[in-house]
Amino acid sequence: MKVIDAKETYFKTLNDMVFDALETENEVILANVSGQRYIGTGMDAGKSIIVQGTPGNDMACYMNGGKITVHGNGQDAVGNTMNGGEIVIYGHSGDTVGYGMRDGKIFIETNVGCRGGIHMKEFNEYKPKIVIGGRAGAYLGEYMAGGVIVLLGLNLKANREIVGHYCATGMHGGVIYIRGDVPMDRISNGIAVTEADEKDMETIGELVREYCQHFDVDYDSVMNSKFTRLAPTSARPYKNLYARNEAFSF
Amino acid sequence: MRYFTSEFLIERNKDRCINCGACARQCANEAHYIDPDTGEVKSDETKCVDCQRCVCLCPTNALAIVKNPNQTRENANWSQQAIREVEMQALTGGILLSGMGNPKPYPVYWDKILLNASQVTNPSIDPLREPMETKTYLGAKPTQLEFDENGNITTEMPPMVELDTPLMMSAMSFGSISLNAQKSLAMAAKECNTFFNTGEGGLHKELYPYADHAIVQVASGRFGVSKEYLNKGKIIEIKIGQGAKPGIGGHLPGEKVNGEVSRTRMIPEHSDAISPAPHHDIYSIEDLRQLIFSLKEVTRYKKPVAVKIAAVHNIAAIASGAVRAGADIIVIDGFRGGSGSTPTRLRDNVGIPIELALAAVDQRLRDESIRQNCSIVIAGSVRNSADVVKAIALGADACYIGTSALIALGCNMCRTCMTGKCNWGICTQNPELTKRLNPEEKYKKVVNLLHAWNHEIQEMMGGMGINAIESLRGNRLMLRGIGLSEKELEILGIKHAGE
Repeated sequence: MKVIDAKETYFKTLNDMVFDALETENEVILANVSGQRYIGTGMDAGKSIIVQGTPGNDMACYMNGGKITVHGNGQDAVGNTMNGGEIVIYGHSGDTVGYGMRDGKIFIETNVGCRGGIHMKEFNEYKPKIVIGGRAGAYLGEYMAGGVIVLLGLNLKANREIVGHYCATGMHGGVIYIRGDVPMDRISNGIAVTEADEKDMETIGELVREYCQHFDVDYDSVMNSKFTRLAPTSARPYKNLYARNEAFSF
Repeated sequence: MRYFTSEFLIERNKDRCINCGACARQCANEAHYIDPDTGEVKSDETKCVDCQRCVCLCPTNALAIVKNPNQTRENANWSQQAIREVEMQALTGGILLSGMGNPKPYPVYWDKILLNASQVTNPSIDPLREPMETKTYLGAKPTQLEFDENGNITTEMPPMVELDTPLMMSAMSFGSISLNAQKSLAMAAKECNTFFNTGEGGLHKELYPYADHAIVQVASGRFGVSKEYLNKGKIIEIKIGQGAKPGIGGHLPGEKVNGEVSRTRMIPEHSDAISPAPHHDIYSIEDLRQLIFSLKEVTRYKKPVAVKIAAVHNIAAIASGAVRAGADIIVIDGFRGGSGSTPTRLRDNVGIPIELALAAVDQRLRDESIRQNCSIVIAGSVRNSADVVKAIALGADACYIGTSALIALGCNMCRTCMTGKCNWGICTQNPELTKRLNPEEKYKKVVNLLHAWNHEIQEMMGGMGINAIESLRGNRLMLRGIGLSEKELEILGIKHAGE
């Protein structure tokens, strides 16, 4: 284990230090992090970074494995194009969390900004998962092509909706579970909205259990609610959008 | 009922036809068939796209595809195609899709620019006997060099890549074209010491031996993008836009996403591969910088990062922003650039010619004293070596060729790539069709093409008395316009012929 003081350190210098440290160490603690970007970029399995403070954008982009724990809030594009591993954020996170994420898990204690889980995808054994403890901004799961998002809406303030507008726009794969009822005007067209069944509840239960362990929340009180399931009605949402010019047989 | 007639007629010379059925076996569009009752080979011209496959393979030269003389009443405003397109949309309600680049008769500025040659005052050079350098380095160049007391360079050099010729293969993904087609381009790139571009489809494992000649693309769908992929390629290219369809993303239809494509893109089989119009982590130049540096971080600053943008109206300002954002290479794709599948209206109406865009960008970067911070690569209809020489004299470092390379692989430009039924095995994933393209054989044609162009480039340079491509780069004095307006000459930064 190595401790690196990130105070007033340029992002490139800091990331070079982290990269070098992880060559020999399995765990690095970054103290006084203040907006430095790209922490944990492309990190491989077996490594761990503990961030104390506020990491900058694109934390854990292209991450392959290992674990990043943030004692603070995440900024934009946490887990951008992430391939594997685990991120736990003790706080909230900004826009486009898990953009194009292909595998791994992200747990966020409270809220996320816009376009959470945008264009997440899955493939064979790769299946990304995001659990959000609070609420999510607009366009949650936009263009989602695979994976699982669980949105819990814990400790919502009065008059705050659990999810923003245009939820699941262009979704053509994967599944979103939202705790409780979802106002239908928040959900985009072409999405099948049903109550989570027993099998769904198993998936949700496993992820919620991990969430509760990370953030010391009572499991039963979270699960003591129905969940709404959002899934695409087609893996080919734009199938009938086009006509083939210059090759039109009639 | 039929509302319009077929575009072509299939003429079968009955004296020559031996009813062998080769045409019926070759045509994926099923324009030829064997009559089950009579055993005779017949045609259904309504399905013909004029790809010329049957004509080329007919053993007795019995076939010709001709324009259907049956036409609606002639109308200079309402062309046959214009009428046909309205009918198609009335029948389907669909967005019209087209293949290849813009076929409309817009001005081609390459053809309105003439090259110089030496006479008396400055001797021309014969490249057959004298050294002639076409080696090109892509990437940011240092603004100044520092040396130690022994004369060794101490300046830290930005990552650069070396090409033997200023020609590279445009981005064409596995998915849009077949693996055999991509492999042919990769093999040619390796042999000619230049680059092919993966497009947004990942790098297939079979192409790993050619990875040192790969430009790996990162586009909005992030298909196949991983740490391994990014570190495999020599250059990383962020695709912001494409000349054939500026401003929109792409939809690879589920029927093209077979097992191999799905593995390479890392998405489920038969699901649509949707590339959103914007990168959703890029809404500004500052955000572009963020992506550029995330790619530099994950490759430890060892690879140049290119940013590909479509030639649009305010291209010079956008390119300047991209250079300031940290792009080592700016790729500009003109509005005549090709595509496997593009909405017809966008292909034919959006963007500007590459010649004007290139001249504007090069000038702007010079004016702002940041030209050395990047290389400029252009694409969007480079048809021959003269286009290349003119592009370099206008300020390009290198040119991408897409359509020309596909023609070398057998493409006859029938412009129906979007059907996935390419009879030449290029723009299809149907194994029956892709096996028609043998990379071991076809790559040599691409190599021939690159060698021929490179020789011609040397000839033209030699004629100008120039023996290194560096001396041609941005050398607009070697260019003159013909039949161009004052404004066009001003934008191109060249004089008129005779001046």
